[in-house]
Amino acid sequence: MSYHVNKKGYYGQFGGAFIPEMLYPNIEELRQKYLSIMAEPDFKTEFEQLLKEYVGRPTPLYFAKRFSEKYNTKIYFKREDLCHTGAHKVNNTIGQILMAKRLGKTRIIAETGAGQHGVATATVCALAGLECIVYMGEIDIARQAPNVARMKMLGAEVRPAMSGSRTLKDATNEAIRDWINHPEDTHYIIGSAVGPHPYPDMVARFQSVVSEEIKWQLNAAEGTENPDYVVACVGGGSNAAGAYYHFLNDERVGLIAVEAAGKGVDTGESAATSILGKEGIIHGSKTLLMQTKDGQITEPYSISAGLDYPGVGPMHAHLYTTKRAEFVPVTDDDAMTAGLTLSQLEGIIPAIETAHAFAIFENRTFKPNDIVVVCLSGRGDKDLNTYIDYFKL
Amino acid sequence: MNRIQTKLQDNKKLLSIYFSAGYPALNDTVDIIKRLENSGVDMIEIGLPFSDPLADGPTIQESSTKALKNGMHTELLFDQLQDIRKSVSIPLILMGYFNPMLQYGVEAFCQKCEAVGIDGFIIPDLPAEVYHDQYKAIFERYGLINIFLITPQTSEARIRYIDSISDGFIYMVSSASTTGAQSGFGSTQQDYFERIANMHLKNPQIVGFGISNHETFTQATTHAKGAIIGSAFIKHLTNKGTKHIDEFVDGVLGKF
Repeated sequence: MSYHVNKKGYYGQFGGAFIPEMLYPNIEELRQKYLSIMAEPDFKTEFEQLLKEYVGRPTPLYFAKRFSEKYNTKIYFKREDLCHTGAHKVNNTIGQILMAKRLGKTRIIAETGAGQHGVATATVCALAGLECIVYMGEIDIARQAPNVARMKMLGAEVRPAMSGSRTLKDATNEAIRDWINHPEDTHYIIGSAVGPHPYPDMVARFQSVVSEEIKWQLNAAEGTENPDYVVACVGGGSNAAGAYYHFLNDERVGLIAVEAAGKGVDTGESAATSILGKEGIIHGSKTLLMQTKDGQITEPYSISAGLDYPGVGPMHAHLYTTKRAEFVPVTDDDAMTAGLTLSQLEGIIPAIETAHAFAIFENRTFKPNDIVVVCLSGRGDKDLNTYIDYFKL
Repeated sequence: MNRIQTKLQDNKKLLSIYFSAGYPALNDTVDIIKRLENSGVDMIEIGLPFSDPLADGPTIQESSTKALKNGMHTELLFDQLQDIRKSVSIPLILMGYFNPMLQYGVEAFCQKCEAVGIDGFIIPDLPAEVYHDQYKAIFERYGLINIFLITPQTSEARIRYIDSISDGFIYMVSSASTTGAQSGFGSTQQDYFERIANMHLKNPQIVGFGISNHETFTQATTHAKGAIIGSAFIKHLTNKGTKHIDEFVDGVLGKF
């Protein structure tokens, strides 16, 4: 069985491109060209060179000795937190800005929740000398002030999304509306493995450098390319898509997807999309999403602004329904505690999104000889205020 | 013959009006439809509100949000429309995003629409290919016509494809925009209207987006069969309520 996208843009029953006709020319152009552009030798050279010299790749695969001792198994961290701008997000924005240039686009738009993807987009726009407009929910602008300032410093315009719930899903709506209004000169850099085909596949391919590196790095360290498990947090699902990518069709490698349970899966304040969601359409993709019985999209909750998306990428919806990946909900409290544990055992302060992935070791046992790779998707600088408030530091 | 197809044979330019069901007040739906018909409107698009209407500009977003807050939902809309065909005879088109229809069950939704007397759908996020491969047979079983959009960026080949799978009219989006985004038509739009007219499609075209008054209605219908007004009508409802709908329609049709 293949867990990759099929020719029609679907992962099993999920995916597709449920887009208004106004977006058809742009999406169709991208669909027709993305694979051939990515295969061009000069594209590959430029992409790889920027990942190496600008992003700082390869990121280390670090054997976490103290963390491994605590949980009595062999745990490696894939250090995406050491990427330029502090998270894996930049792998995708580098790829997409090169794509945009080859498509002849001069204006870039993006959505952002916590601001990480917005910063990664503003960064590559500065690098490429392209105009950058980032849509961000009015509420998120207020709670993520440092990232708003970073985007502005990088020369981007941050436009508040004032509609609906004024958070990530509405910022995404506004970016889509902007694209409808600017159909010719604009490329939309989606930040996660979501949206209409070919976005989920394109984003997964740009992020797949993560699992590509894990394979050779693990081979050097352990004499095997395949870990027993790969663990990643999932909001929309881009870091997980990248960390799983080269292991998707090898069922010897267990995939563990950690979702934000917020205050608890059954509390009504949660973002555990696969467990609480039903099949439907969000932002042009058929996937699992949180909605009312009438099909109105609801607002999820998580302490982490990067995981409170009401949908999940179609690849992950497929991994969930086929049981290829094990989905584990982790509450705010457990994630925060794991963030503190990681900081004090290994000297790494993770993003709160990332901290969710580390919380699973409290409740799930691995064998002493299991090799578990955790994608350490982002660093925690942006979350210091939340940590300070939570732990009364 | 479906009411939409019959209406398209009238020897006049058609005016179609969109409103969001459940706005301004939850139970205004039937009153608005009756008043629109009595004012001389030729077709009505009843908007089924959605939380994330991504092809719509601020006016329709706000009316949708308000309608949902008022308590509008799919089953309630069907209840409100239960007896509509006892008093209203013009074509009624349901306009909405695909997810609420999917959650209701596409076949059950179509069945209900046929029962209350809906004639067709405009579903902005249901692409032509998906409709054709998966839903055409169901829609047709219940006598429902699906209306597709084209824009100034739609290629000639795709316009021909959309024409070939259409069975009523083609919704011609006047410019690259969300709803309610602009006012007045320049020469770019006039050229586009003329270009499409010269393609001699089998389906007549009705222009939408950017029509707000008599002047834009006249410009839009010089080449096309009719025009659709949404945001401007919703603004009128917001400002003047449901009692003065005839004034708005008279204004658009130039009846002073």
